[in-house]
Amino acid sequence: MASMAQQYEVWSALMKSGEEVSLWQQTFVKFYQAFLENDRWLQYIEGVGTTLLVTAIALAIGVVLGGVVALVRVAHDQQRPKHRNPVLGVVDFIFKIYVTVIRGTPMMVQLLIMGMVIFASSRNFTMVGALTLGINSGAYVSEIIRGGLMAVDPGQMEAGRSLGLNYITTMIKIVIPQAIRSVLPALGNEFIILLKDTSLITVIGGKELLYAAQGVMNRTYESMFPLLGTAAIYLVLVMIFTWLLGKFERRLAQSDRR
Amino acid sequence: MIVVKGLKKNYEGLEVLKGVDLTINKGDVVVLVGPSGCGKSTFLRCLNRLEEPDDGTVLLDGKEVTEKDIDAMRAKMGMVFQHFNLFPHLTVKKNITLAPVHLKLMDQKTADAKAMELLERIGLADKADAYPNMLSGGQKQRIAIVRALAMNPEVLLFDEPTSALDPEMVGEVLELMKELARGGMTMVVVTHEMGFAREVANRVIFIDEGTVKVDKPPQEFFSNIENERLKTFLSKVL
Repeated sequence: MASMAQQYEVWSALMKSGEEVSLWQQTFVKFYQAFLENDRWLQYIEGVGTTLLVTAIALAIGVVLGGVVALVRVAHDQQRPKHRNPVLGVVDFIFKIYVTVIRGTPMMVQLLIMGMVIFASSRNFTMVGALTLGINSGAYVSEIIRGGLMAVDPGQMEAGRSLGLNYITTMIKIVIPQAIRSVLPALGNEFIILLKDTSLITVIGGKELLYAAQGVMNRTYESMFPLLGTAAIYLVLVMIFTWLLGKFERRLAQSDRR
Repeated sequence: MIVVKGLKKNYEGLEVLKGVDLTINKGDVVVLVGPSGCGKSTFLRCLNRLEEPDDGTVLLDGKEVTEKDIDAMRAKMGMVFQHFNLFPHLTVKKNITLAPVHLKLMDQKTADAKAMELLERIGLADKADAYPNMLSGGQKQRIAIVRALAMNPEVLLFDEPTSALDPEMVGEVLELMKELARGGMTMVVVTHEMGFAREVANRVIFIDEGTVKVDKPPQEFFSNIENERLKTFLSKVL
């Protein structure tokens, strides 16, 4: 490290004095500026931490919200024509609007509205970003889960009900466990999209990975290495995530073959 | 025990049941036959309100079966489906004990013992910890019957229990049903197995055009045929 720092001092001094430097020397200086000078790599690490935190929060919000919306909408659809619950009808209608609005508007616009209009007075940009991503993800997750619930053979619900179990118990004990399996690949996909979409919260000042990279770019007037570095880090994160999901799915598939 | 009065059911304007009246007594083994689409399955499913009747009443032990206390009523009416509908994510034993334990009819230990006893009876005790997709169709259906039995129901409803089975597996399921009938279980069976109707039923009912057309003991039902449509039907299936 010490020798790299010395080397950097020498070559950057050369560049500043306007002397001819080799491509290798230029590259080294830019790389050093992007990651090592003033311990900038720490900023990326911090950014990754925030990215993961935002992903986790958004994921939690998305799954809970998506699950609730899906269950209410399925419950509403499965009611008998003559026994419709008016409260369920109202909630279902509200959720339908939610899904339509969220899926019908760009994420970037949603972020700007949340950051600059609804939470204009908040300084906690990162959390506003996480909340927005969670609400956005919830709409997509709800459709995924709804599809999974509806794909379970209706005979399963009938069998549960004919044994005297009520609707909610049958859902929890019989339908949902079967739906989870079929839904997992699609949910994994949604989570990967979510992880990458956290980079969008930069537009409202969320301090995640891309924000850190932009900070470095502004200081060094150099964009190649910060951006390539950011891309590489996202790629590695997504690959780890995909690997974990694959492992999880294989484990579920194993128990399927029992 | 079950009294049905004026049961009607429409599907989008098509009148499937046009007022069915029927009384099923304790210990009856009633077999419902009729051409496909005549409403016999719909009738069966109306008994425990898997289908909601449009009109008419169903009384179980003198109490009207309504939407309000339907779960308690269904617990007394076991149902066996054409496609078994075992729960694929649960072991055989768990399939059997889930409902009685959850409805607090028994604790897990008693339910387990009861499940094992029933499985023993049908010779499938070694499958207690297996999952349904490891079983043959006949085994699945017999376990589905046991699952209904574990609730100690007052009546068992069978909705074409052998129609989805390979021919060589029909026998084992019918055998179990015969055994139940001999044991005094009240049963309502929708089936195309005329042999079973002849041998086991004490009443055979012909449903056609949404109403009960013939209701007789099997000897008379099959020998003394007056109804023209029944004659045509039987000539096709026998």
